[in-house]
Amino acid sequence: MSEPLVALRGLAVDFGGAPALRGIDLAVAPGEALGLVGESGCGKSVTWLAALGLLPGRARVTGSVRLGGEELLGAPPAVLDRVRGGRVAMIFQDPASSLNPVHRIGRQVAEALGLHGGLRGAVARAEARRLLDQVGIPDAGRRLDAYPHELSGGQSQRVMIAMALASRPELLVADEPTTALDVTIQAQILELLGALRRETGMALVLISHDLGVVAETCERVAVMYAGRIVEEAPVGRLFERPTHPYTQGLLGALPPLDGPRRPLAAIPGGVPEPGAMPPGCAFAPRCTQAEPACAAGVPEAVAVEPGHAAACLRATRDLVPA
Amino acid sequence: MTLPLLEATGLTRHYLMRRGLFGRPVEVRAVNGVSLALERGRTLGLVGESGCGKSTTGRLVLGLERPDAGGVAFEGQPMPPPGTPAWRALRARMQMVFQDPLGALDRRMSIGAQIAEPLEIHRIGDRPERVAQLLRDVGLRPDQAGRYPHELSGGQRQRAVLARALATEPALLVCDEPISALDVSIQAQVMNLLVELQARLSTAILFVSHDLRAVRQVSHRVAVMYLGRIVEEGEPDAVLHDPAHPYAQALVSAIPHPGRRQRRVLLQGDPPNPADRPSGCAFHPRCPAALPLCAQEDPVLKPRPGDGRRVACHVAQGDLPARKAA
Repeated sequence: MSEPLVALRGLAVDFGGAPALRGIDLAVAPGEALGLVGESGCGKSVTWLAALGLLPGRARVTGSVRLGGEELLGAPPAVLDRVRGGRVAMIFQDPASSLNPVHRIGRQVAEALGLHGGLRGAVARAEARRLLDQVGIPDAGRRLDAYPHELSGGQSQRVMIAMALASRPELLVADEPTTALDVTIQAQILELLGALRRETGMALVLISHDLGVVAETCERVAVMYAGRIVEEAPVGRLFERPTHPYTQGLLGALPPLDGPRRPLAAIPGGVPEPGAMPPGCAFAPRCTQAEPACAAGVPEAVAVEPGHAAACLRATRDLVPA
Repeated sequence: MTLPLLEATGLTRHYLMRRGLFGRPVEVRAVNGVSLALERGRTLGLVGESGCGKSTTGRLVLGLERPDAGGVAFEGQPMPPPGTPAWRALRARMQMVFQDPLGALDRRMSIGAQIAEPLEIHRIGDRPERVAQLLRDVGLRPDQAGRYPHELSGGQRQRAVLARALATEPALLVCDEPISALDVSIQAQVMNLLVELQARLSTAILFVSHDLRAVRQVSHRVAVMYLGRIVEEGEPDAVLHDPAHPYAQALVSAIPHPGRRQRRVLLQGDPPNPADRPSGCAFHPRCPAALPLCAQEDPVLKPRPGDGRRVACHVAQGDLPARKAA
């Protein structure tokens, strides 16, 4: 891989003794689409909130976050303000609550343009209109004067994407961008994100609990469990040859669209509490293939083949030099 | 064939909505002539997007709301008016499971006490033993009866909700998005549990969901709703693999699917406002196959010539020669 755009090394987050992230190593190449998959509480959102310094003060963040060689962790607010919404933009699950309900959307998009491009007045308005047009809002000129409540959920998310594009970011972090939307609208938004990436060449990190969404949008996937990345692979490879038992479990839990209907291979039990992490591999208590050695230590990620790594003692035993 | 357990005919529910402070009240037709039948031990999946009226249909079926037109018959008898003793007695035989288990449970009561509550209300005896049995039925341990909802995980809470719903041995279970608030691995557990309980107890289930995958997994039949109407109904595999209605086609092609990268049918625009129903077929403004006739005449849900699939679409029914797909 060429020089990464963003590189996280050993990123760990602790909320008053409860670890939320337990050492994340992750790199995003320029223009790449990376999917981050996992269940609620696995730390997929916290990873990027921590990387951009958006966590509350009581969170203890350690490790390293480098954006194009510049360290972001512990960087002064002025540097972070330039990065956030500038080189790295973020959109969230619930677009309606991210928009200010008392301002017209044109003004809100123009504000983003003013902050990051220094555009003012009629120039900003014209650019805002172009952005709304780019994200597929019909009749963009008139929609500039609409209030957020006049927009549907899908249109609100389009406006959020337009605001994120205002600074021409190098990386867009989309945190469950379609979870609150209907499936046909989800399809529209995923199509839009793909088209924008082709047009602008920006990198995309798509955080989702939905393996299907990630499969259709991303080139590479990282699967997270209990604050760690357990498997990382190119998207096709991950779905054909999942190596970590958790990834296998996630795929098995997805109801198939064809073939006979049989009971799903559900993963037994539930996700561990951050305050009560099991020793060793956090997945071991739910793992059907676990053995005593799994409780001994946290397994390190080992390359199964180039570009495909898994953090599982059993899956990678043969590969570890004796 | 015996009488279906549940038969709904022409269910219609209107609401009045005021636009703005001084606006004229507008009629919103949430459910607009829905007919369905459900047999013992079978599951009917009701799919559609938000605002299509699928949840309202579930509430109408249980008699939680009164239809403005049409009616529900349970075991051949018309539904008694809500609030009457006859309705209350019937409610023991029909139960509902909601999306958010934490919202459906009382946080100040142990789950054991909550599962015992319907037994008290409907005066069913031998409570401690029955509660223990119910907990075992849904895959919880009897010693967990003393736990409070916040002490349980999401999947365990939904199991407790199911145990409470099953306490009165209902013949019908209406599940409104029962797995949407759960994680993928927990969704699979709950779907397996539903199928297993149905096999054991012969419960009829109306499974309301926006998730076609989940609906296929648990249902024997599936009905697709759009703007208060059923637009297509059939076997899950038939509807999923060869949808007849253009809306069902778009819905199926929108399912994200690992490995598949074929072209989606992308719908234009958003679902229309139920207060501002398009003329003719409600789907025609977004329909890629719409004909001039579709804007004028509302298609009825009827068996398609050929395979007998029930579909409400002029094009699928061959009412007019289909225009060539662009």
